[in-house]
Amino acid sequence: MSVNMGNVLGLVFANMHDMTVGDLTKNRTMGSVLFGGRYRLIDFELSNMVNSGISSVGVITKDNYQSLLDHLGSAREWDLARKKGGLYILPPFGNASASLYTGRIEALNGAMSFIRHSLCEYVVMSDCDVVTNLDYKPLVDAHVESGADITVLVHTGQYTAEDIAMSTVFNKDESGKVKSVLIRPQLSGYCTTSLNTFVMKKDFLIELVSDLIARGQVSFEQDVLQTKCGELDIEAYEYDKYFSKITSVNTYFRANMELIDPKNASQLYLTKRPIYTKISDNAPAKYDLDSSVKNSLIADGCIIEGEVEDSVIFRGVKIGKNAHVKNCILMQGTTVGDDCDCNYIITDKNVNIANGRVLTSSPEYPMYIGKGAEI
Amino acid sequence: MFNKKECVAMLLAGGQGSRLYALTQTVAKPAVPFGAKYRIIDFPLSNSINSGIDTIGVLTQYQPLALNEYIGNGQPWDLDRVHGGVHVLPPYQKASGADWYSGTANAIYQNISFIDRYDPEYVVILSGDHIYKMDYNKMLAFHKEREADATIAVLDVPKEEASRFGIMITDDNDNIIDFEEKPKNPRSTLASMGIYIFSWAKLRKYLIANENDKDATKDFGNNIIPDMRQAGERLVAYRFDGYWKDVGTIDSLWEANMDLINPNIPIDLYDPTWKIYSRNPVLPPQVIGKNATIQNSMVTEGCVIDGSVEFSMISEGVTVEEGAVIYDSILMPGCVVKKGAHVEYAIVGEDSVIGENAQIGARPETIEDKDTWGVAVVGHKINVSDGATVAPKAIIYEDM
Repeated sequence: MSVNMGNVLGLVFANMHDMTVGDLTKNRTMGSVLFGGRYRLIDFELSNMVNSGISSVGVITKDNYQSLLDHLGSAREWDLARKKGGLYILPPFGNASASLYTGRIEALNGAMSFIRHSLCEYVVMSDCDVVTNLDYKPLVDAHVESGADITVLVHTGQYTAEDIAMSTVFNKDESGKVKSVLIRPQLSGYCTTSLNTFVMKKDFLIELVSDLIARGQVSFEQDVLQTKCGELDIEAYEYDKYFSKITSVNTYFRANMELIDPKNASQLYLTKRPIYTKISDNAPAKYDLDSSVKNSLIADGCIIEGEVEDSVIFRGVKIGKNAHVKNCILMQGTTVGDDCDCNYIITDKNVNIANGRVLTSSPEYPMYIGKGAEI
Repeated sequence: MFNKKECVAMLLAGGQGSRLYALTQTVAKPAVPFGAKYRIIDFPLSNSINSGIDTIGVLTQYQPLALNEYIGNGQPWDLDRVHGGVHVLPPYQKASGADWYSGTANAIYQNISFIDRYDPEYVVILSGDHIYKMDYNKMLAFHKEREADATIAVLDVPKEEASRFGIMITDDNDNIIDFEEKPKNPRSTLASMGIYIFSWAKLRKYLIANENDKDATKDFGNNIIPDMRQAGERLVAYRFDGYWKDVGTIDSLWEANMDLINPNIPIDLYDPTWKIYSRNPVLPPQVIGKNATIQNSMVTEGCVIDGSVEFSMISEGVTVEEGAVIYDSILMPGCVVKKGAHVEYAIVGEDSVIGENAQIGARPETIEDKDTWGVAVVGHKINVSDGATVAPKAIIYEDM
């Protein structure tokens, strides 16, 4: 069974999991969290959809979406500035007196007129918490082949309690049919977790949402996957490619650091399926006479005069003379003064660290410094 | 009829650039990679848009494919406009026949109708082989203030270098009274930068007259400027005091690249008010490995560096393996330098592969006969086999 991917509508939930990464989403959506030196998390979802042949994508937002709008612009960088299809940003629908949605079903209900108007037969829904290079085509083909009502992307492997605490866990039989669902359980070990990507027929989704709304039910995970598990045919599609799932500040830190290793990066950044992002026209990175950089990711526009090791450095970061930066994530526009010493620090955008400051934390709890802070 | 544009830029990008040898075999000179993430043409295009000139004709002729694709719809330079924007103008067939561009003036002559569509007061003539940051709007203001018919941008060069340039001889008010092309004994040190502003009505007249002159070489320097001077038109010199460099030769291309990492040279690519734009390759950030040492260099997206890099410019998607050494060199996009290879005082073209333990070029201090020393060049898409040696000053056109 081979589906024409032009017949698939993409829906990206920009705000789901906002609460999992703490202050990183204080001023932005999960989708606009900075990642990997030059990206935002939504870049991976959008690039995957575009590279899979999906040409019509709705981005469902909730709040704090100014940075997201700024990042996406006309969506030209993802080749989604189209006459036919392209990118649609779907802010919450309603008047000032209505409260914001709380669950995925409500969010979908708010975007219902967009979904109804789409001529696509299938819908792929995805959140912004998984960093991977995913081809949706085999997933959609498998969905159509199996005739399932819902196909969920899952991964089976060893998980820590910390990872599981924010995840949906499935019990499936050998054929992949989901038998029962646990939501944010207290467990660890070998299990099958959701990668928060779902495939359905569009008409099925429309019917499902209107039915649940009529009953006052708002959670897709709880009121559909869990409750209707026996009644609906829910298939798990096992994913075996490289991915990172961001469930906490710690997993965010780890996911960034993993990409310093070309073995991991080469599975995420594929020549034939590039990850697109907003262009910022920075000059190349400049390494000064006394600089020393080892085992790090460096983006364009950086000027490095000091030492950097085991770190991820975003665009336009300046590192002063004789400064030592180790095990850090320094986001766009951060300035580290001369003679500073930083270890296990995450700086948000435009943080300014004055000359001679010493900031150290531990691998168990990297210290986060908020946007625009002056240290 | 389009709306009027006050000023239109015409960018001469058709030159073969034969003195860049292997680097311009398959691409026009303006499309040659420069400064780790740019191509030479990014500088005049970015200067134009930063100066508020949003209508540009790019005249192409020699090997235009890479250049056309690079310019595309002009979006990276904000030149994809509803009205105006960038237009690539190759020679085309007319009712009267088809002609190649036979000189710089002839190239503009053949596109008179393109310029007329915008009905401009002024035309800026630019060329695609110079590295500089310049506000053409200031030059235009000067042209207007002086009520000039033609304004030529000039740079005050050291006396010993003056004989390499077209030299303008001026009176006390910078009116051009004479000029000499590459004079043995220069009477002035004001060198033409190849940047002209003309009042369009005047230039149009002289282009047509020049075209009707069978003996003319149809060149700005040889014909249009002398003709205008003889006829008593007002020609003025506009003094520019920033950084400007012609990158027409291997040595000057290498030097201009190295100028970007020289703190004493005043060209700042990090100035947010005057960005140099380029087409983005869509690659991940650079990965600096555990064994890498990088000093005094520029490196851009998509590179994987695990060797030693000093005083070098590393373009997008370059791989430098562990133990490889890059000194004082330029690696163009997509190069691979394998384990143990040494690249010193060299330019390596796009997508070339330098085999393990190969030696490309050499440091001048290691060579006894200084006359045999020079920057080594490996062309585009060349494979240099393991252990091979490319001598200093050599130019490599084929796999070895």
